[in-house]
Amino acid sequence: MELTREEESALKGEQGEILQMAYRILVATGEATDAEKLVPIEWAHLSGVNYNTIGDAGEEFLSGISKNARVKVKTTLNPMGFDIDNVSNYGLNENFISKQLSIKNSYETMGVIPSFSCIPYEIYDIPKNGTQVAFAESNAAIHANSFDNLKTNKESAFSALASAIIGKSPYSSLRKEDNPNITIRMKVKNPNELTYGMLGFFAGKIGDTSVNISGLGEMDKRQTKAMCGGMGTSGTCAKFIFGEGDSDCEKIDFDEKEMQNVHDELNTAEKGDLITLGSPQLGLDEISDLAGKLKGRSFQKRCMVFLPRTVKEQARKIGYTNELERAGCEILSDCCTCLSPLISKDNVDAVTTNSIKGAFYLKNSNGVGVNLKSLSQIVEDETR
Amino acid sequence: MKKVLVSGKVEGIVLKSENPINFLGTVDKKTGIISDKNHDLFEKSVKDTILVFPSGVGSSVGAYTIYSIKSNNTAPLAMICQKADLTVATGCALANIPLITISDEEFSSIKNGMNLSFDTDSSNQIHYQ
Repeated sequence: MELTREEESALKGEQGEILQMAYRILVATGEATDAEKLVPIEWAHLSGVNYNTIGDAGEEFLSGISKNARVKVKTTLNPMGFDIDNVSNYGLNENFISKQLSIKNSYETMGVIPSFSCIPYEIYDIPKNGTQVAFAESNAAIHANSFDNLKTNKESAFSALASAIIGKSPYSSLRKEDNPNITIRMKVKNPNELTYGMLGFFAGKIGDTSVNISGLGEMDKRQTKAMCGGMGTSGTCAKFIFGEGDSDCEKIDFDEKEMQNVHDELNTAEKGDLITLGSPQLGLDEISDLAGKLKGRSFQKRCMVFLPRTVKEQARKIGYTNELERAGCEILSDCCTCLSPLISKDNVDAVTTNSIKGAFYLKNSNGVGVNLKSLSQIVEDETR
Repeated sequence: MKKVLVSGKVEGIVLKSENPINFLGTVDKKTGIISDKNHDLFEKSVKDTILVFPSGVGSSVGAYTIYSIKSNNTAPLAMICQKADLTVATGCALANIPLITISDEEFSSIKNGMNLSFDTDSSNQIHYQ
């Protein structure tokens, strides 16, 4: 990888230890991905926030570097482990809470916007077409590349943080043009968001960096988010390119049989003791739709609804949160189903969800059973 | 060497694994000892070795494990892989542990217990016997 004289000097440590470390990360990432140079980015979105995933090593590392590190470009943040407004309802231990707050504090000290959201593409304005960004959250990277005309690789927590500090990222892979040699053909009729989640999961297993995808009809936000979340969960692939692709592309059908295979892999329970909605977090449109669906109905069991804090505030003003709480929903901002410490196999056997991404982590990280249902089915079966 | 991911100058004794390493959960952060019974380095310590292995696998959070073993003074002096993966690359970058990749031929000719040295600034040769 070619570095400018100034970049070389920073890598040698002539501009301080923090910049040296950040350059070391970008050079290592760039060499590993065959980048030719570094390019400026306008926005970084960081993962590595939830104490449940980064642990003591992450907390100590962030605390250490936050003394001197400052981000250079607009930088937003993934969800953490809880919502401080209602954490006392969930029996989390003191150590978890204080370590999580230390992580929050470290990021804020570095100048990061405490968005605690996995849907930055939905709560912030999108920069102009072709803008280079550095998104570490997989569903957000896929959404940015596929639906928002932005350019990012599927960054690691470390490459995104180093990119935020330096304002540059290695120029490789999806930052350039990409011509996938695989086309996935959507063959399932009457898809709902669960179908699109399974399609994404299937595509992520097959694709390497990107896939062509054909046969999609009109999709709403819930469905596009489900598809991006599904893909981000199952592999390294980080972009859908819409269309049939070149004639020599390998064509692979996503049909009823393939869908059943994904369903059988992730659906491990007949029913859940708890419902979760949101992974990715719900945006205002989905909250509005949910409030409409729940008019005059109430959940017969616990239902956790995850959304960004900004959306929670908007929803409160409009009156949606009242409506959802009346229907029995627990509304949680700043956190998400995915890798949540608030759901434990000690008190829950199985969870009902419409999220493929949520299902994957509930099954593999939380170790609970998963019952997959579309939102319409959840409302029909679980409310009265 | 094929690529220099994290530069540096080292000399030490080779600890070689034929298996990939998942740093998260396989390497004890305090002692640097491999704790996975199914791994060919089970019960061996990576501390102060030149760790030679095919590549890293598993969660990217494993990069923090590499940072932790360095902070606990139980890290390898350097790592040498056949294939660069992002977890090991970013982990070594965080911890400032020299990391290079080598050809398959070189990988097969490096044996456990050999004395090995390289200096990425002066040449792209590695020396071992």
